[in-house]
Parts: sequence; C-alpha cells; structure tokens
Amino acid sequence: MTQYIIRRLIHSVIIVWGCATLVFFLMRAIPGDPIIQMLGPEYTPEAADALRRKLGLDEHVLIQYVQWMGDILRADLGSSITGAESVQSAILSGLPKTMSIAALSFVIATTIAVPAGVLAALKRNSFADFAVSLFAFLGVSMPSFWFGIILILVFAVNLGWLPSLGYASISEDGVLEWFKHLILPSMAIGAGYAAILMRFVRAGLLEAMGSDYIRTARAKGLAEKRVIVGHGLRNSLIPVVTVAGIQVALLLSGTVVIETVFAIRGIGRLLVGAIFDKDYPMVQGAILVVAVIFVFANLLVDILYTLIDPRIKYD
Amino acid sequence: MINMSPDVATDVSAAVDSAPSTRRRFWRRLRSERKVLIGLVIVAILAFIAIFGPLLAPYDPEADDYELFAAPSLDHLFGTDSFGRDILSRMMAGTRISFTVGISVAVLSMVVGVTLGLIAGYFGGWLDSLIMRFMDLLWAFPEIILAVGMVAVFGAGIRNIIIAIAVAYLDDFARVVRAEVLRLREEEYALAAKAIGASHRRIMLMHILPNTLAPVIVQATFAVGLGILAESGLTFLGLGVSPSTPTWGLTLNEGRDFIRQAWWISVFPGLAIMVTVLGLNLLGDGLRDTLDVRGVKETV
Repeated sequence: MTQYIIRRLIHSVIIVWGCATLVFFLMRAIPGDPIIQMLGPEYTPEAADALRRKLGLDEHVLIQYVQWMGDILRADLGSSITGAESVQSAILSGLPKTMSIAALSFVIATTIAVPAGVLAALKRNSFADFAVSLFAFLGVSMPSFWFGIILILVFAVNLGWLPSLGYASISEDGVLEWFKHLILPSMAIGAGYAAILMRFVRAGLLEAMGSDYIRTARAKGLAEKRVIVGHGLRNSLIPVVTVAGIQVALLLSGTVVIETVFAIRGIGRLLVGAIFDKDYPMVQGAILVVAVIFVFANLLVDILYTLIDPRIKYD
Repeated sequence: MINMSPDVATDVSAAVDSAPSTRRRFWRRLRSERKVLIGLVIVAILAFIAIFGPLLAPYDPEADDYELFAAPSLDHLFGTDSFGRDILSRMMAGTRISFTVGISVAVLSMVVGVTLGLIAGYFGGWLDSLIMRFMDLLWAFPEIILAVGMVAVFGAGIRNIIIAIAVAYLDDFARVVRAEVLRLREEEYALAAKAIGASHRRIMLMHILPNTLAPVIVQATFAVGLGILAESGLTFLGLGVSPSTPTWGLTLNEGRDFIRQAWWISVFPGLAIMVTVLGLNLLGDGLRDTLDVRGVKETV
C-alpha cells in the first residue's frame, strides 16, 4: 500500500511537472509580443523593456523555463503585471472561496445523489426511478451558469431569502452569512454533479443487490435496512468514489463560470479577470494551481478506495 | 489462394447469412429505444431550425426597432431585449452557430483523438507511452480551464473557440479508441491480415478502425453536446465569439444585468441550450445501450 502511494505520488508529481511545462510553453505561444498586449495603451519602448526585464522575458526561453521551474519549487509564482500583489497571494486569497464553493457543491450533490440513487435502485422501473432518471438527464444538460441565474431570480430577486452576489468569510461574518452567500452558487454546480453521481449510485446498488453476499445477509435474517445500507450501499460506493474523483474537474470548471455569475473573487474569477487584463503571469499561475488541485484530488480518491474496500490490493 | 476447411467455410457462410438479421435486430433495438427516438426528434427539430432558421425567424435578429424589454407576447413570443431586438429571432440565428460549434468540436476532436488512439494502441511501445502521457497532461486540466487558457493565448473568435474546446476533449476519444485497438489488434482477422503481409496502414484503416466505430459514434454524440455547453460557457464569460454574433451564451449573458426587470432575456436561451444538450445526451445514451458500448466517458 505504502509503495503504491509513493508510486502514485511520484506519478502525480511528474504530471504536475508536465502541466507546468505545458502552461509555460502555452503562454510563450501567444502570437505577437505579449508585452505590447499587456501594456495596451500605456505602451512605450521604455515601459516595454522594463516590464520585459521585470517578468524575465528578456532572457532566452530555456533560461526562463529553468527559472520558472525554480520559482515553482520555491512556491513563487511571480508577480501580477498590475504590480499590486504577487500571483500566489492573489491565488491564496481566492483559494478559500473556490474551495468553499467546491466543497459545499460536493456536500449538496452527495446529499441529493445518494438517497435519490438508492430510491431509484430499490424502486426500479417505478415513477420514482423515472423521476430520478429525468432529473439526471436534465442536470447534466443544464448549463450551471444558467441554473445559477434561475436560482438568483427565484431565491434572491423574487423571494428575497438569500443574497444574490458576493462572498462572506467565516471568520469575519460568521458561519450563517458564509453559508447564505454560498448556498446558491453551490446548488448551481451541485445539481449537475448530483445528476452524474445518482446514476452511478443506482447502477452500483442494483449490481450489489444481485450479489451472493446480499442473499447470504438476507438468509441469516438481517433487517432489510441493514442489508441495504451495511452491505449493498457500502459495496456500491466504489464506482461512486471513482466518479466523484473524476468529476472534481466538473466542480473546478463549474466554479470558473459560477464565480462570475455570483461575483465571487475566487480562482475562477481571478483567471477570467486576468485574461481580460492580459495579466499572463496570473493566468499561468491560476491554471497551474487548478491542475495541481485536480491531480492531487484524484490521488486522494485512489487512496480512498482502499479505505472503502479493503479487498483492493495495489501490490 | 487460401484453402478453407469445411468447418471454417460453414462458419463464414453462417456469418454472412446472419448479417442481415443482425442488422435487422439492431434497427429493431434502435427503434424500441425510447431515448434514441426522443433524442432524435429533438435534434432533428433543432437541426431544421439551424438550417432554415433565417427563413423561419419572425423578425430580423439584428433589427432593434421594437419596444425595449417587451415581455413575451403573441407579437414577440420570447419578448425583446435591452436594444429592442426580438429574442426568438436571435435564438433561431444562434441555433446555427451552436450546432456549427458543437459539430465542429466533435469532428475535430474525433479526427485527432481517434488517429492518436489508433496509433497508440496499434504500435504500442514508446509511441503509445508518448501519446498517452500527453493525453494524461490534457486530462490534468479541467476541460473548461484548458479551453479558457487556450482562448487566453490565441484569442477569442469562433475558430479559436472550436480548436480550444476540441483540444480539451480529444483525450476522451483517444482513450476510448486505444482501449478498443488494444483488444482488436489481437483478434484473428487482424493477425491474419498481418500474416498475409498487409501494411500497417491497411490493417489499421481497413480492419481495426471500422470495428472501433460504435464507441466513437457514441462519444461523438456526447461531444456535440459538450461542445455546445462549453461554447455557451466561454461566450458567457466574454471569451467566445464576437459580441455582434447572436449566440445563445451571449444573449444569456446580456440578460444577466436585467434579470430583475426582464427575466426572459436569460431564461429562454438557457432553456434552448438545455433542450439541445438533453436531446444529444438522450441520443448518445440510447445509442450506447443499443450498440452495447462500454468505456465511453459517462456524461449522464
């Protein structure tokens, strides 16, 4: 097990190195002189030289690459071209917001998906099963940003129950305000995520309930509830965890657009803002951080398998 | 001349005889699959609007001579926007753009992804490692983030959007095809073709590729929907097609600022995106069941 984790860790580090390399060369593939684009109307040859020196773009591309790798190892992602703050401090201030939305979306999605998937599996081919299937299809077909707007329209504009924009931090505004600001964006992302998960819960439970160990559990007189929860559901969770891991990408992608809808300055909004400002150091830093989160979230999922199912041996 | 034993000859003739009945069974299964039928109807209606939209639209999508923020009525079924333009006419024009982007994304990612998957699976070795490690890199970026990054580098515009989204999704095709090829290259007919001296290109294109088509078709159906969703997301962020093009994502974004006074500007384009992607997902899911395809990335 330990050997497997070390091997996967090394693999993840190689992938992250590859991501950093790809991001570096992608940013150097910008047609024309990015310095001219970054400076925009403030362009003068002197300002261009100064910015080029500041960003290290006056060096040979391979030297820039080695420097960029060295900077990453020191957790230094450079400074924003606006000069107001370093890239990592901007990302660190956005990270809690993005992670809060992603985490709450995950909680909402599993809270909906597990009971709905179980219900659909136990009442197969019933109206409940059809309703869950319909929700699943609608959930994955719906643009999350549109659903976010609908939620604002209903819960903020018409009912006035929840704020439509912004973010409140737990430390300054308290848990309730934090929750009230995050519930709508998290629901907007969580609905699509729940739609995918519930289909896997249903399929996994249907397969598990047809197994020999379920027949044995029933034969020895266990209560049906215990058979379903203790034996069926637990064993059906493995594919669900796999999908939950793979779909972390969905959560992270969702936050990019949803943060714009709800005016929350997380990593997604930071990235989109940086693209408009032609702030390339910020763009490459934000993309890299998202890729790192995604790669390590998947590593975590791999390790979680063994906790859910001790039968899985990696050696 | 190849000599066949009587047993083999009987097997071959039985297989030839059974081909039409297999095809009949497939069509029967396809017709009985409700998801395919509903999906096909939705997609066919929208494709019709995409082709004949300009002829069917009640007004010129660019004409701004109507009442501002007119609510849905018999004159303007989906209302008008902040410039006084008819939303329904703009959405009909947007259908063509969405379908163009979705289909282009699917075709581009399919052609490149299938080629890479075929080469990786067939030749194996270092070429397989090289291609699949590159696919791992693409996988490590959430699709929309990769697309946003590429648009940041190469600029907005319909061509760049299509390329950016296609690159973000091509690893799905490569993985599906590679997995199939790894299995198919050990099949007897592939080995037989190799034994009689067929070239690698011939074996790949004539013997292996046709047998990977089922999962590729299913993946491509999903890819059209994913392409439409991604394009609307990028356009919504302001990174998509030019602001003068009446796409669904752009109309939806324009309505966001007026959500309190004119909900219809955002609601109808979002519904159009949802219904279109729903149709494609139903079609893809039904085809997956009919063709008994495994391993295609689950979108639903």
